[in-house]
Amino acid sequence: MADTIAMEVARYQPGEDGAPTMARYDVPLRKDWVVLDGLNYIKDEIDGTVTFRWSCRMGICGSCGMTVNGEPKLTCATFLTDYAPGPVRVEPLANFPVIRDLVVDIDDFLDKLSEVKPWIVRDEAPLSAGEYLQTPEQLEEYRQYSMCINCMLCYSACPVYGLDPEFVGPAAIALAQRYNLDSRDEGAAERLDVLIHPEGLWACTFVGDCTRVCPKHVDPAGAIQRYKLTAALDTLKHYVLPRGGR
Amino acid sequence: MSVRQTATAVRGRYQPRISLWWWLTKPSYLLFVLRELSSVFIAWFIVFLLLFVRAVYQGEGQYERFLDFAANPFVVFVNLVALAFVLLHTVTWFVLTPQALPLHLRGRRVPGGLIIASQYVGWLVVSAFVFWLVVGW
Amino acid sequence: MTTSHDIIVVGGGGAGLRAAIAAAETIPGIDVAVVSKVYPMRSHTVSAEGGAAGAIAEDDSLDEHAYDTISGGDWLCDQDAVEIFVKDAPKELLRLEHWGCPWSRQPDGRIAVRPFGGMKKQRTWFAADKTGFHLLHTLFQTSLKYDGVHRYDEWYVSKLLVDDGRVQGVVAVELTTGRIETITAKAVILTTGGCGRVFPFTTNAAIKTGDGMALAYRAGAPLKDMEFIQYHPTGLPFTGILITEAARAEGGYLLNKDGYRYLQDYNLGTPTPTPVLRSMELGPRDRLSQAFEHEVAKGRTIDTPYGPVVHLDLRHLGAKLIDTKLPFVRELCLKYQNIDPVTELVPVRPVVHYTMGGVHTDIDGATPVDGLFAAGEVACVSINGANRLGSNSLPELLVFGTRAGRAAAWHVFRHGKEPTQAVLSQAADERRRLQKDVLEHDGGDERISAIRTSMQTTMEESAGIYRSGDSLAKAADTLGELQERLPRAALDDRSLAFNTELIAALELSAMLDVAESIVASALRREESRGAHQRTDFPARDDNRFLAHSLAVREADGSCRVDYLPVTITRWAPGERVYGR
Repeated sequence: MADTIAMEVARYQPGEDGAPTMARYDVPLRKDWVVLDGLNYIKDEIDGTVTFRWSCRMGICGSCGMTVNGEPKLTCATFLTDYAPGPVRVEPLANFPVIRDLVVDIDDFLDKLSEVKPWIVRDEAPLSAGEYLQTPEQLEEYRQYSMCINCMLCYSACPVYGLDPEFVGPAAIALAQRYNLDSRDEGAAERLDVLIHPEGLWACTFVGDCTRVCPKHVDPAGAIQRYKLTAALDTLKHYVLPRGGR
Repeated sequence: MSVRQTATAVRGRYQPRISLWWWLTKPSYLLFVLRELSSVFIAWFIVFLLLFVRAVYQGEGQYERFLDFAANPFVVFVNLVALAFVLLHTVTWFVLTPQALPLHLRGRRVPGGLIIASQYVGWLVVSAFVFWLVVGW
Repeated sequence: MTTSHDIIVVGGGGAGLRAAIAAAETIPGIDVAVVSKVYPMRSHTVSAEGGAAGAIAEDDSLDEHAYDTISGGDWLCDQDAVEIFVKDAPKELLRLEHWGCPWSRQPDGRIAVRPFGGMKKQRTWFAADKTGFHLLHTLFQTSLKYDGVHRYDEWYVSKLLVDDGRVQGVVAVELTTGRIETITAKAVILTTGGCGRVFPFTTNAAIKTGDGMALAYRAGAPLKDMEFIQYHPTGLPFTGILITEAARAEGGYLLNKDGYRYLQDYNLGTPTPTPVLRSMELGPRDRLSQAFEHEVAKGRTIDTPYGPVVHLDLRHLGAKLIDTKLPFVRELCLKYQNIDPVTELVPVRPVVHYTMGGVHTDIDGATPVDGLFAAGEVACVSINGANRLGSNSLPELLVFGTRAGRAAAWHVFRHGKEPTQAVLSQAADERRRLQKDVLEHDGGDERISAIRTSMQTTMEESAGIYRSGDSLAKAADTLGELQERLPRAALDDRSLAFNTELIAALELSAMLDVAESIVASALRREESRGAHQRTDFPARDDNRFLAHSLAVREADGSCRVDYLPVTITRWAPGERVYGR
């Protein structure tokens, strides 16, 4: 194994650069080093201006998503050795505006997350009533969708979001579905009202790449298709039984 | 509610553009576009079937003419391409079904592989029926 | 530019979000700002794995939870605070349940509880092995429904504005644009977490740089019990990823470089092929960490690029057992360190895990500075004493986050005042300082990373698992030198947009202040208690030190250490019962 590997890092300085350029750095190649360790080495030892986000280095905080050799990845879980002999190309997540270097603007997602009401909708019972009962099977029904770390890899992989930024997007819809499927929640109808518009559920064409790149196996694509089925049945019911309502 | 002064914040952002050829950048994207495209060929098959039904309805002469039309090398070629696309459509949708339609039996989730396999079984049964209908044994 | 809110919460982790929600619910229409240097769901609460203690089982009682906490803390906990804590903990965990936290369940649908180190009854609520993650995301998503909660995502607070004896706001940098802004408020709640990054090997995320502790310390609030730093005996070197006790409970061995189960040399029992409770690898956490130090001294550890390690050997357990009982351990090793415990030895070493100390507060999170509150790991109430019990930190941030949020809301309602003119000129000075002395500073050739590494090495060597008067005095000198070197560090990065190097410089400055308070407090405490082990004073000394240390920053920047008696209500100090 060679003892160094070249990293090509996208650089973009707002106000100065019209478009990102690539800079090349050689970093030590160690068995336990991930792409993020390479970036930290560059920042600490070579060039303090290289800019990226990171925090936990154990795949749970969701900060360090970037595009590595064309694929959206959590850079804390992507070993440099897998790209030997190199070079490793590190770019910001696709489909988002770039603030600087490898840092992208994800505020759009946070706005959309709020829209889908990702909280338990119901009149809260007093604490003295104890817990809302939920069997392990009922928990299992939504558990997978509750694992989203908001790392944005799915938005980066989604061509629909890239072409139409109005699309609510994989993670936000999966999180809406997480609450819909929670036995304690009563807000499914409210959320459906938010998501039934053309930029909601129906914009998804089931490319399926969101699910493929998800580091936490959330399967947003599956969540959206299930949601579409619910929405379609709901609409059908509405036509057949106009007075029955939901 | 996030506090951010968009006026200053947006200035200087680099807004990446999606290339017209984005669907060639990844095999999964290409497969997706081909799958979407397959709907055109499925529509063609339906039109073809309707033409066939109409020909049968209009009598022997029309039926013979339809057979000639169908034997035209170009039409054969189009039908072969359409068949390939329909197969692609079928296979990819079989793979995707467990994601879109998680089934539960006695409180347990039916494994995806089983759902896919049962679709193939269904397909085989229907094909066998059609085969029996057409060939007669 | 100046904006204004009723309350500013600095930090968007578990404690901060809980405090913000509590404040919003206490006084309708109150205007709360959550100012956090990362998006709230990135906060370090997300990394907590094990669970959250709250006595609900039929065979359990609040008194037992209190006693376990107090004895585990080597009698340095304030017992009035602990009594409130154990009483409120189950209620807070239940509230999280109502808000959607996916707590693991019993077959009949009720909350499941499990055993945890140091807790003698089963009282740990858990959400699989990602309790902190679920707790944080539940709080964050729930917080989105409160119109009164305004978020400043990716803003770094560099200074608390204090005048007329009361806190009146903050100065903060917006990372995205580099804009420096004055945000005034009638109360400020610090919820920035601990300072594990002062040490080189830690389970703590990169963001845990003691910012809130430094803000409070510089604003005149004392830091309490800073000498108590909890180590976890088995972290992966370099990444600091924690390898849970379960790996040893299932039968893992700790081996030195000769492949020898060295714990048998440290009064921890005799080796048996299968694990025995409270013996060998299942001995108390701190004793295991201390044994590691002795092995280093004897030269029997393995040298790596990241310093000495020992090996955790799980290979004899086989792939099947590891995959069924320890899947998360294998996943962490494979995914983040490229090691397969089924076939390879896992390098481990003690890593810093938690800071028991923090900003001195009362049971409502109030600090001695009027209008300034603190909750969570940044604060010291104190319920953790000299050693925190596993699964007490999550309920702590809920219980005291809520109390601080409520108290701050009432404070605003009853005593809220407009900012003084002096404070606005303070803010202008701070803006100038950031601009001229940090961002545009042409100093010397010092690198931030070099100073940071020196600080971390110094802390590990002198204020680590074992301390002595000599090593601590030397560390104090070294830290003083580093403080002098810091202004000579020039930034490579002069950009206004997302200048992470600027933030790193401000964080380093915070860490140096906090490190000094740790060393000063450790130097003055001439006894060994809980996580504070002095080789020159190996025994606990209740006559002199059954007291909290209070590190106060003098006008010249030096650190003065005062003492405050521990509150004892019902449990007289006894032998520390070693929990596992």
